[in-house]
Amino acid sequence: MIKVEQLSKRYGSTLAVDSIDFEVKKGEIVGFLGPNGAGKSTTMKMLAGYLPPTSGRAEVAGFDVFRESLQARERIGYLPENVPLYPDMRVREFLRYRAALKGVPGRRMNERVADVLDLCGLVEVEKKVIGRLSKGFRQRVGLADAMIHEPDLLILDEPTIGLDPNQIRQVRDLIRNLKRHHTILLSTHILPEVEMLCSRVIIINKGKIEALDTPQNLRAKLGASGHIMLDSKVPDVRAACAELRKLAGVESVSTRADGAWTIFTIRAVLGEDPREVLFAHAAARSWPTRELSRSAVSLEQVFAEITHAEEA
Amino acid sequence: MRRFFTLFGREVAGSFHQPMAWIVLCFFLVITGFNFHAGVTLLNGSSGSTTMVEAFFNTVYFWFPFLLVFPMITMRVFAEEVKMGTIEMLMTAPVRDIEVVLAKYFGALFFYIVLWLPSALYFVVFQMVTDVSAGGAAGSYLGACAMVVLLGMFYCSVGCLASALTDNQIVAAVMAFAAILFMFFLGLISLLLPGGGAFVREIVYFFSPVQHMMDFSRGLIDTRPIAFYLSATALVLFATYQVFQHRRWKS
Repeated sequence: MIKVEQLSKRYGSTLAVDSIDFEVKKGEIVGFLGPNGAGKSTTMKMLAGYLPPTSGRAEVAGFDVFRESLQARERIGYLPENVPLYPDMRVREFLRYRAALKGVPGRRMNERVADVLDLCGLVEVEKKVIGRLSKGFRQRVGLADAMIHEPDLLILDEPTIGLDPNQIRQVRDLIRNLKRHHTILLSTHILPEVEMLCSRVIIINKGKIEALDTPQNLRAKLGASGHIMLDSKVPDVRAACAELRKLAGVESVSTRADGAWTIFTIRAVLGEDPREVLFAHAAARSWPTRELSRSAVSLEQVFAEITHAEEA
Repeated sequence: MRRFFTLFGREVAGSFHQPMAWIVLCFFLVITGFNFHAGVTLLNGSSGSTTMVEAFFNTVYFWFPFLLVFPMITMRVFAEEVKMGTIEMLMTAPVRDIEVVLAKYFGALFFYIVLWLPSALYFVVFQMVTDVSAGGAAGSYLGACAMVVLLGMFYCSVGCLASALTDNQIVAAVMAFAAILFMFFLGLISLLLPGGGAFVREIVYFFSPVQHMMDFSRGLIDTRPIAFYLSATALVLFATYQVFQHRRWKS
């Protein structure tokens, strides 16, 4: 659906996007992740046909976004970052205008407008002037506009920014539902969002792609299988520590007291999971145990690792 | 074509959905009304061969609001969209740049013509009330109307170009006003150089709106000014298109 080859964008002397390559297949939801100023928005603007690339090329649904811009644009629904809308128009009027602009045939107009109004939860505000809507509604009007012409590809630049937690959840559900009919490229700062929605993640930093994989693989690639937490009541903390350190698969142990209980934080040897051994040990010593768990590496850590390693 | 009309409709709606439109309409009506009143007073006191159309279209009360109104109509067309960022929405929709430029231009022109409609009625009312022909002949009335439209087409295109050059509406208005005023006064150069003789007058006639209006409102229809304003409009619109595309591709 999207094919990007050696795409670069230069603003004056700064290289905003530095010859990136990636592909997105039909039906995927791909998350675009990166710190501010990493080049996410610039890349999306180029794909949407708003900015011309300095060099390289990008294809959407087989059409070059620069040379066959009109055909490519017909197949893209784009939600810009700050959702610029005409403040003097009413929601329904705006959507009809956009539908006509995007070539929705007259006989399907009412049906399409009704569909997106319903899908984006805009029915209650359809007669309101856009300038008086709250940020959340405006965001949803933008989203409705992006998909009114049933595009093959949706490019959403930070679709959940500035929304309250309830609205974020609604927009996420909406995006998840769209998966069936559209390919989606979305950018975000919110990492759990990517884990929840995306089948693949592109991490971009300083104009370069740092990582491109599924969220699960990214986590695995980081190596460490995370920390294991053992929360037990032990008679002698120091002795218990020494015992635990000797167990197979344990690399280091640190402790923290919680009243009569002791919380051991155990770092596992790379690629091993010593939870079973730990349980057996605690059982053999008959330590009363409240909790034995492993915290998975979150994408947050992956992200920090990747984007910070660069700066160090 | 459908996209052009969609864009055009939006431009027309957008031009009326703002307080500025109604201020301009009101201001324009008051001054043209006053101008008409002054014309009638003038005719009452004279026994010459001046007609109402001549008296209306050749006074400073006509030219003053006439020149002032274009920057106000056109300053928003491009500058506002760029400033608000809605241009990003517009340009990522499958529309051609030329369709956008033409829709914006004709939107502005449409508003300008609406501005004139009430004033056009004055002459009808005048004729009904006084039984005196407003223009002497239909040709002079139509000629004056044609000149109002031709000048409007040209000055609207100049205003659109100014608006495309900047994202600040005030700057756009000032640029358009300066350009229109400059061209207007260039047409009055023969008044400043009475010694210039027939040659200067001949040259100046080609671009002097005051001269053109004077002739047309007498029913003296000359094709040279018609060709001049049509081609000048086309040229400025082409420049606007180029500027618009350049803005898009340079950043």
